[in-house]
Amino acid sequence: MRSMLLKNVHVVDPVASRNGRFDILIEGGKVTRVGRDLPVGDATVVELPQSCVVTPGLIDIHVHLREPGQEHKETIATGTASAVAGGFTAVACMPNTDPVNDHASVTEFIMKRAAEVGLARVYPIGAVSIGSKGEQLTEIGELHAAGCVAISDDGRPVATALLMRRALEYATMFGIPVIDHCEDPSLKGDGVAHEGPVAAMLGLKGLAGAAESIIVERDISVAEMVGGHVHVAHMSARQSLRAVQTGKERGIKVTSEVTPHHFVLTDEALRWHGGYDTNTKMNPPLREEVDRVAMLEGIRDGSIDVIATDHAPHHADEKALEFDRAPFGIVGLETAVPLCLDRLVQAGVIGLARFVELLSVNPARVLGLPGGTIAEGSPADLTVLSPDTDVTVHAASLVSKSKNTPFDGWTLKGAVAATIISGRPVFVNKELQEVVRAFAVK
Amino acid sequence: MTTATALKSRHLLGIEELDAGEIELILETALAMKEVAGRAVKKVPTLRGRTVVNLFFESSTRTRMSFELAEKRLSADTLGMTTVGSSVSKGETLSDTARTIEAMAPDMIVMRHASSGAPHQLARVCKASIINAGDGTHEHPTQALLDAFTIKERKGRLAGLRVAIVGDLLHSRVLRSNLHLLRKMGASIVVCGPATLIPPGLETLGVEVTTHLDDAVTGADVVMMLRVQHERMHGLFLPSVREYFKLFGLTPERMLLAADDAIVMHPGPMNRGVEIDSAVADGRWSVILEQVANGVAVRMAVLYLLAGGEET
Repeated sequence: MRSMLLKNVHVVDPVASRNGRFDILIEGGKVTRVGRDLPVGDATVVELPQSCVVTPGLIDIHVHLREPGQEHKETIATGTASAVAGGFTAVACMPNTDPVNDHASVTEFIMKRAAEVGLARVYPIGAVSIGSKGEQLTEIGELHAAGCVAISDDGRPVATALLMRRALEYATMFGIPVIDHCEDPSLKGDGVAHEGPVAAMLGLKGLAGAAESIIVERDISVAEMVGGHVHVAHMSARQSLRAVQTGKERGIKVTSEVTPHHFVLTDEALRWHGGYDTNTKMNPPLREEVDRVAMLEGIRDGSIDVIATDHAPHHADEKALEFDRAPFGIVGLETAVPLCLDRLVQAGVIGLARFVELLSVNPARVLGLPGGTIAEGSPADLTVLSPDTDVTVHAASLVSKSKNTPFDGWTLKGAVAATIISGRPVFVNKELQEVVRAFAVK
Repeated sequence: MTTATALKSRHLLGIEELDAGEIELILETALAMKEVAGRAVKKVPTLRGRTVVNLFFESSTRTRMSFELAEKRLSADTLGMTTVGSSVSKGETLSDTARTIEAMAPDMIVMRHASSGAPHQLARVCKASIINAGDGTHEHPTQALLDAFTIKERKGRLAGLRVAIVGDLLHSRVLRSNLHLLRKMGASIVVCGPATLIPPGLETLGVEVTTHLDDAVTGADVVMMLRVQHERMHGLFLPSVREYFKLFGLTPERMLLAADDAIVMHPGPMNRGVEIDSAVADGRWSVILEQVANGVAVRMAVLYLLAGGEET
C-alpha cells in the first residue's frame, strides 16, 4: 500500500488536544506521524480543500445490519457500504437478527462476512438472553471471545430486574457493557406513538416517556447494587435524561446515547405530508418539544455520551402498511452526519470537538473499541468532513438497501467528504470534485 | 363566518382539515338534501354514472347503510366490499388494495378502517375521492357533521352552546371529529369520562375535562353520549358495568341538571343501562333517531359536494 501524506489539513482530535492544521502521514495502513511540516518522503501528497475537517473515524454503536436472516432489509455488505457513505469507519451491530446473535457461531459468521466485504469495521453485540427471550443467559464469555463487544436484547428490554442484575454481574468479568432498550412492556402495551396531544388527536395508541425512564431508573438502581456498566440505548425521554444525570452524579457507571431523529424531530412530524407517514414511526417514538430540547441539553452538557443512529432498515413493502401495523424504525447511517453538522454544529449547540467526542471518542470508550483518536501506530481510520457543503437527502439514492427515512428531500449543511479505513479511501463523495481529485490514484 | 362555495379538498378525511365555511356549506347542502327524503320518489339524478365503492375494513351496519342509501338517492352506481381485518392479513399492503380498487376507476371510495390514518395513507396514492367513514380511533367526520346538523335543526345555532361529551373518550373517533367541529363552530365543550379513558393531553386543546358527570351535564344544551365497548368493561380500564353506570350513566335525574330544553345524542349503537338509561334514550330529550335520519342527508351532501357540486 502506498504511503499517503495528508498535507496541512484541519484536524479535530480532542483526545490528542488537536484542533488546527497538521500533516498526517499514513504508512502501511497506519498513522505513523502527526505533526507540522512533515517530510514528504515517497508518500503521495493529498491536499484537501481548506474547509475540510479530518477527524478520527466515526463509530456508530447502534445499527441493525439484518444479516443473517433479514437480507431483504439489509445485508452486512449493503449496511457497511451505507456506513462508509455516512462517514462511519466502524459500526456495532445489534443481535436481533434471525437467528439471534446469542451464540458464538452467529458472531463468527457476522465477523467473517464483514471481513469479506471489507468496508466498515463491524463489532457485533451479543444477546443478553438466549433468543433475547429474557429467560436464560447466553454464553457471554464465548460471545466475547468470538468478538462481541457488548451484550443487549435490543428490540426488547432486558426482561426483568433480576436478568439485568445477572447480566451486569456476569458481563463485568469480561469488562463489557450491557446495553438496554429501556421500555416497560406493560406501559408500552401496543403503543405506536409518543403519548401526548398529537397521538391523542391522531387516534394513535400512546407510548409514554415514563415507559422508558422507569426501566432506565431500574437499570441504574441495579448497576448501583452490583456494579457493571449499563448503557442506555436510544434515549428519548426527558425523564430518562434526568435519571442518567443523577446516576452519573452518584458515581454509577451509566452511559447513554441519543439518535439524530430524537433531537431533530418531534411527534409533530406524524402530521406532515397528510399525516401517518410510517417513516415517522420508530421506537422509542418521536417525542414532544420538551423532550427534544432536553436531548439537546444532554448533548451540550455531557450527560449524553454518544450519538448513535439506531439504523433500522425495513423493506418498503413492510412500511407500506397501516401506521399501527408497520414496523418501527428508520435508516440513519447516511443522514446522521449531515443532521449533526447542521442541527448541532451549524446551529451553535456544540463545536466540532464535541461532535467528535459524541461520534467517535465516546463510542470507542463506551464499547472499549480501538479508535476515537488519530494516534501514531494505530490504523488510519479517518473521516473527512466538509461542514460547509449542502447535502440534499434523496431517499431513493441511499446506499442502504432500505429507504425508510423521514428526511427525504431535506437540505442540510454539512457533508461527509471521504471515509478512510486503514489508510484506504473506502468512500469519496462524488459531489466534491476537489476531494475526488485529491484521493484519485496518482 | 362566510359559507364556502365549494370544498377545497377532493377528499373528506377528517373535520380537522375543514374550515368553518366548508362545514357551513355541507350543513346548508344537507338541508336541501333532506327535502329529497320527504318526496314520494326519493331519488335525484345527481351522481348518475358515477361509481362509489364502499370499502369497509371493519364491520359496520349503520354507517354503511346510511352511505349506501345516500349514494342510491343520488343515483350513483355503488358496490361494496367488506373485509374485516387489515389488508396485511391477506398478504397485501394497504397500497396494493388501493391500487387494485383504483384500477376499476371508481369516482369515490367510502372507507372505514380499524387503523387510524388508513384513509390518509390511501389518499396519497389514490386518484378517487376518499371519504373517511371512520378510521380507528381518529375521526368519523360524517358523524360529527350529522351531529352538528341535528343540533342546528333543534337549536338554530352551534356557536355559544354548551356541549357535554360523555363516555369512552380515549377510543372514540366520534369525540375527535366532534371536538374539531364544535371548536371551529364556536361551541363550548366539556368532556367527561373515567380517568382511565381520557386521552392524555386533551386538556391542552382548550376543552374542559371532568370526571364528574353532574358537573358536565349541569347547564348543558347538548349531551352527547359515547358508546363504551363491552370489552373495556372489565379489566384495567373499568372495574364493572355496575360501577360505570353509577358514575357515568345518563339518567333522567341527571338530565334535570341540564338546560331545560337540552337534547341528548348518541351515535349508536347504544348500550342501554350502561351509558344511558332507557328513560333518557326514549325520553323527551332524545334526538337519537333524528340523528340517524339526518345522517343520510348529510352524507348525500358530502357525496354531492365532493363530486363537484353540479346542479341537481
